[in-house]
Amino acid sequence: MTTQPIAGQATATATDQGTWTPGPGAAPMRQMIAAQAAQETRQLLRNGEQLTLTLVIPLLLLAAFSLEPLIDFGGGYTRIDFLTPGVIALAVMSTAFTSQAIATGFERRYGVLKRLGATPLSRPGLIAAKTATVVGVELLQAAIILLVALGLGWSPDATPAAIVVVPLLVLLGTAAFSGFALLLAGTLRAEATLAAANLIYVVLLGIGGVVFPLTKFPRGARPVLELLPTGALSTGLRSVLANAAAFPVRDVLTLAVWAVVGIALAARCFRWE
Amino acid sequence: MVKRYGPTTAVDGLSLSAGRGKVTAILGPNGAGKTTTIEVCEGYRNADAGTVRVLGLDPARDAGRLKPRVGVMLQAGGIPPAVPAGEYLRTLSRFHVKPHDTAWLLDIVGLTAHARTPYKRLSGGQQQRLSLAAAVLGRPELVFLDEPTAGMDPQARHATWDLVSALKADGVGVILTTHFMEEAERLADHVVIIDHGRTVADGSPATLTGSQGQLRFRAEPDLDIDSLLAALPAGSAAKESPAGRYLIEVPGGTVQPALLAAVTAWCADRGVLPSSLQIESRTLEDVFLELTGRDLRG
Repeated sequence: MTTQPIAGQATATATDQGTWTPGPGAAPMRQMIAAQAAQETRQLLRNGEQLTLTLVIPLLLLAAFSLEPLIDFGGGYTRIDFLTPGVIALAVMSTAFTSQAIATGFERRYGVLKRLGATPLSRPGLIAAKTATVVGVELLQAAIILLVALGLGWSPDATPAAIVVVPLLVLLGTAAFSGFALLLAGTLRAEATLAAANLIYVVLLGIGGVVFPLTKFPRGARPVLELLPTGALSTGLRSVLANAAAFPVRDVLTLAVWAVVGIALAARCFRWE
Repeated sequence: MVKRYGPTTAVDGLSLSAGRGKVTAILGPNGAGKTTTIEVCEGYRNADAGTVRVLGLDPARDAGRLKPRVGVMLQAGGIPPAVPAGEYLRTLSRFHVKPHDTAWLLDIVGLTAHARTPYKRLSGGQQQRLSLAAAVLGRPELVFLDEPTAGMDPQARHATWDLVSALKADGVGVILTTHFMEEAERLADHVVIIDHGRTVADGSPATLTGSQGQLRFRAEPDLDIDSLLAALPAGSAAKESPAGRYLIEVPGGTVQPALLAAVTAWCADRGVLPSSLQIESRTLEDVFLELTGRDLRG
């Protein structure tokens, strides 16, 4: 604890007349959103656990399962061609769902959301900043994962439409995962959100078609697993990037439904304090 | 204003007004409704009944227009634990058109050496000072400070008082809650004492403590109060409570030398030596305890 006084001695101007003359005003909304998104991105990149979740685990899975024949993926895929779309789906889930749920849950617990509520940054502005943060981190993840995958011999089998369809699938997946992340973070205690978000992550990693092919599951389970958000995202990405499908209608619709339901529930149930 | 939480009525018909550019202190025991009142004014919750206007705006309906003009210091927390102090202020400064320079502001609150220290590693008093800096960062017209000096050491507390005085001198309105009567007495133009969600007293510190002069002394118990009164100037009042402690009051006036002389002469006639003789006016704490009682609150 410093003993340096606050005003009057620390600097001569603190008690000078006119120093505190009011001059309030909100900055332009875009500037506020950019500042908040930059802050949240820095927080995320500085946090070791979050980085493990969003980068280290996806890259480890990509490397380990592609270099060693740990699983027979079937379907005539090379290992890396099967894995890359699944690991992209996992990366989206880790950032938009698990990481966002945990970060927001603790922001709520520490009163950070409450304090932000007293600033000129409106709630839609804060949501926009969180979305920008998630998308920014996803772009970083995508760049690293794609580079590593290419280094490991990935050769996508895709139509030109993939340039549009892959971002569409990722955006819909992001919207769906974000909705449920905020639903957890805005309704449960921070510790419960942490536990639930990690548990759901591990379960969906196992049954979401990320590294274990859905074809390996019992025949009756497969249609259900493909309707889960992770299953729909990994299946959709795989059909576009490994099977040269033009537009995976069912997976796009599945993710769109999850997105609408998740965001509607979050908007209805989210409690800021 | 009325605010209920389920079956509990936290604010029960409270009424207060704070002048622009003035320092208003809201005092009350724990659970009196201080924070609830402030949080309704800050727009965090809606009142169940009554009208609330801050700078002429409805905090619930005109939040977008009001928030840029108001600075807020919450009772605790609100800052991300892992974010360094300087970085936090810099981010917040991007929310305002003409913010104070953040390096200068860190210096003002004595945190320059801790610019890179994460919030969670700051001491309680340092966290309060960072929170105070955040409240004044955007050149607000009005600041709400909820127990601003709780957890501060005496140096930081005095420095905070200087800052509040400087804000007021430049025309910034300050509404603060506090448990420190000295803080309210020093800073406030206007003191509102609330209890059980209602205003129980309202006025300047001088009005509340009154000009009533008091003379206290200790002596042997059971002196003849009637005889003492007869020896004093007209209009004085005297009582013994508890045994052996005497209080002489001059309602609406001050203790004059003649009164002191009369008391000591009366004592000398009886061979009584008054000890711990004090002449004082009532303190805000006297008034506070008189109005809100001495029972401990939850």
